[in-house]
Amino acid sequence: MKVFLGMIAALVVVGVLAVLALIFWPLERTTADQLALADDVMAWPDLAENERPRAAAIAADCVACHSTDDGAEYAGGRAFPTPMGTIYSSNITPDSETGIGNYTLDQFRAALVDGVDARGGQLYPAMPYTNYRSMSERDIKAIYSYFMNEVDPVRAPDKAAEMTFPFNLRFGVRAWKWLAMPDPGFNAPDDAILARGAYLVEGPEHCGDCHTPRNMLYIQDGYTASDERFMSGGDLQGWSVPSLRGDDGAPAKWSAAALTAYLATGRNAHSATGGEMTGVVGHSLQHLPASDLEAIVAYLRHLAPNGGGDDDAPEPADRTRASEIWLAASEGGTAEILASADPDALSEGGRLYLDNCSACHMIDGKGGDSVFPKLDGNSAVTAASPKGLVSTILNGARLPSTKGAPLRLAMPGFADRLSDVEVAELASFVRGAWSNRAGEVTAEDVGNLRN
Amino acid sequence: MAKEMPKKDVVIVGLGWTGSILAMELSKEGLDIVALERGPMRRTVPDFEYPRNTDELRFAHHFDLMQRPRESTLTMRHNSAQTALPYRKLGSFLPGHGVGGAGVHWNGQNWRPQAAEMRLKSYVTETFGADIIPDDMQIQDWGITYDELEPHFDRWEKLIGCTGLAGNLNGRIQPGGNPFEAPRKAEYPLPPLPQTSAGRRFKKTAEALGLNPFPRPGGNASRAYVNEYGMQLGPCTYCGFCEWYGCYNYSKASPQTCVLDALYQQPNFELRTGANVMKVELAEDGKTATGVTYATEDDKEIFQPADLVLICAFPIHNTHLMLLSGIGKPYDPKTGEGVTGRNYAYQMMGGTDAFFSDADFKPFVGAGIDGYSILDYGIEQIDFGAEGFIGGSYITVGHTNGQPIRSMSLPEGTPKWGADWKKAIGEWYGKSINIGSHGSNMSYRDCYLDLDPTYRDPWGRPLLRMTFDWKQNDIRMTRFMKRQTETIAKAMKPDSWNSSFKDDDSHYDIRPYQTTHNVGGLPMGDDPATSAVNRYLQSWDVHNLFVSGASAFPQNIQFNPTGAVGALTYWMAAALRNDYLKNPRPLM
Repeated sequence: MKVFLGMIAALVVVGVLAVLALIFWPLERTTADQLALADDVMAWPDLAENERPRAAAIAADCVACHSTDDGAEYAGGRAFPTPMGTIYSSNITPDSETGIGNYTLDQFRAALVDGVDARGGQLYPAMPYTNYRSMSERDIKAIYSYFMNEVDPVRAPDKAAEMTFPFNLRFGVRAWKWLAMPDPGFNAPDDAILARGAYLVEGPEHCGDCHTPRNMLYIQDGYTASDERFMSGGDLQGWSVPSLRGDDGAPAKWSAAALTAYLATGRNAHSATGGEMTGVVGHSLQHLPASDLEAIVAYLRHLAPNGGGDDDAPEPADRTRASEIWLAASEGGTAEILASADPDALSEGGRLYLDNCSACHMIDGKGGDSVFPKLDGNSAVTAASPKGLVSTILNGARLPSTKGAPLRLAMPGFADRLSDVEVAELASFVRGAWSNRAGEVTAEDVGNLRN
Repeated sequence: MAKEMPKKDVVIVGLGWTGSILAMELSKEGLDIVALERGPMRRTVPDFEYPRNTDELRFAHHFDLMQRPRESTLTMRHNSAQTALPYRKLGSFLPGHGVGGAGVHWNGQNWRPQAAEMRLKSYVTETFGADIIPDDMQIQDWGITYDELEPHFDRWEKLIGCTGLAGNLNGRIQPGGNPFEAPRKAEYPLPPLPQTSAGRRFKKTAEALGLNPFPRPGGNASRAYVNEYGMQLGPCTYCGFCEWYGCYNYSKASPQTCVLDALYQQPNFELRTGANVMKVELAEDGKTATGVTYATEDDKEIFQPADLVLICAFPIHNTHLMLLSGIGKPYDPKTGEGVTGRNYAYQMMGGTDAFFSDADFKPFVGAGIDGYSILDYGIEQIDFGAEGFIGGSYITVGHTNGQPIRSMSLPEGTPKWGADWKKAIGEWYGKSINIGSHGSNMSYRDCYLDLDPTYRDPWGRPLLRMTFDWKQNDIRMTRFMKRQTETIAKAMKPDSWNSSFKDDDSHYDIRPYQTTHNVGGLPMGDDPATSAVNRYLQSWDVHNLFVSGASAFPQNIQFNPTGAVGALTYWMAAALRNDYLKNPRPLM
């Protein structure tokens, strides 16, 4: 959220000029025509007419933000703490008093793609309307139909945002939009499958919202593949969000099957979801039709400089994990030191790793296929910001139960067991073990993250 | 007056291995299912999470995952002339408590019975003549053959990611496997867990003696695995906390790792924990069940109506519930008539500890299934006529754990406490092995289960009463095994060794742990005069009532029972799905 701060600083600069314009300039809303897409520009999933509304709403992952963990779906109320105060998601059930029951399709579209509510109020950019601007009218109508006809109305008044001055002046958001908003509509690549993938990633799934860096003004640095920094990694409340388009990105390193498994089940031979991605898989990606997942994978591989990682070699039928570890221990390096359990050779971090981590992640840092994430070469471990790694050590993690992989695999948190110094030693060890070469973590870093 | 819940298609009593599998299989038929589990919810994290679970005092001595005798126990006596007394402190056997049942705290050792074991009476009669069967022995055929059950063993083994090495693939003997196993159609789904040094040392000696060692099969994953429900196992890390513990590592097959999260996704499945089933309710004519009555944790009484009732609790509780519900004629040892409570049997265990001053076994590197086994003295290998007993055993050496309190074998004559004891612990830790015999136990006319006339549970119901003792046939079997384990021990050239086997004067002692392999009480079969459930595990008397689990064993096999329980469960699920649901009726 520090970028949010930056955005606000800049807002103050443009604010004076903008205020006059903001007051007098009439609101212009995107029209249905601007979002119209011919049916043949992309490989739409093969769904019956009556399945489309729900599928479109799932693909836009509305539920993730517009529900609390224990509240009714879409009834809003989820808190989004920011340095400038807390905002709450709104009730988008069709309740006529507290929800969106009285919204017309035009008003609904304006909320989705212009960030303007039915009363003409400005929505904070926590709502990813900059990305939704490439959604097609067909999907907007479908989602509108879903909320109006398939979601039960829930009476739940919206909670007022608790933003500090001057961020509580919503007209400031309008100024920001002048700078931030891309043109509405979607420019489809020629290939129908790639087009579908690009559409889902850039539009409804709003992947760029987290995976693209933002500038000082909190403006997303690109909205489509033609923008160089689009999907090149971002920052989410201090967690490094991995790049998906460099040499080092998952699409460049993983096979298509591994990437598909990750998106559909939250886990694969390399890694497992953490942080916000867990919810994205649980709420949205796992429910996508297979053709949509294929299209996303095709598009992400298309973004990778090498066109995507190689296929995985089949594993020999008689190989056991224990035999692999013995082999790794004989090859020197971190695995050999850990295998020796020699107090003189082990750093404090290494000892802590042996005692707390190696049972699952193993002394070779390669874990277990789709069960225990690899730590060697894992971008979540070696990320520029250690916040994700340290948070996971402290608080643990739990995978979503998905159709393809129902097991709610969980890692326990170690906050009760390890001190700040110990977590720092452990995190530093893991960030430098095997082939990892990431910076050290200090006890202070850990202390700041411990609640 | 009990509160009545909306009717369900199926009510399942107990959510352990069998209840989970049956719920999963029947949920695919679109049936509305509720499982009633008297214990609490249990998940790997937080309930078995590291390091909380590696607490020997809490789990192996205070039995945190086991049933509470205060809430549920039985009374025990050796014969009908005695007055039974309650099993107030867990010892000899440890039924589980909570979701996952005993499937949470088993070691994972998984076996198929030999084909002869499933038609034991016929096998003995045909091979040795009926006159070698002692008068009071009441062995029976299962009413189902190994060949019929083979596909279901296969499915079960694939469910649990069973490791092992086939010894008999379609009748062809395979090197390194168990040459005496019943023929299997497919290799084990996972390669065997590499064995620790104790087992390797035994293997060398056993081979030199002309025996046929093979890696013990079971549900500790040797690498990552995905089963038919999409459930996953992680590679075992040899932490040595399997038996009596939940697995923190997702490596041991359990309902939690193999079934439950997939089951919880089924929209037509509901689980109620803290629901203690008191009784199966019957229609007026007594021919069908109408549902079950259960008590909630705050002692409310609830009636859950259902079209189909599946009793899936631990074997002794299955029998208890059938007796309390008045289903099937209670067994009477005087006349040998009646079926409910008939043929309770246990497991005959023994072993020889051997001590090697030159060894460094590192027993803390352990796994529940670690070890090499031999079946050279199995039921199909022994000449019962010549040896004078009916039965058999497998023999194993491995290290399942090196826990500091319970796994401290010391040479004979070592003080039990004090400075010399401490010194001996330091001297002998990691230098001993146990050559363990895991033997069969036959069923007898006067070994049975009924309702206790004196003791009652907190809900006012009579406790189950166990009448059981060791018999000469099984003592002879275990003395035979003692000769084998001692021969092996001597051949391994230890510094010293000592044996612990039952002898002629032994009576069943319910205090020290032996094994949680309590079987029988509701034997299966094809004759309603001698079996409580038919070959599909359906009650002969109440056709919409099925009972899963080892309560159906007519006598105990020479192996850990879970493999046969798993296969029987898939067999029962197939009978329900393919036949009974289409036309509910007595299937025999």
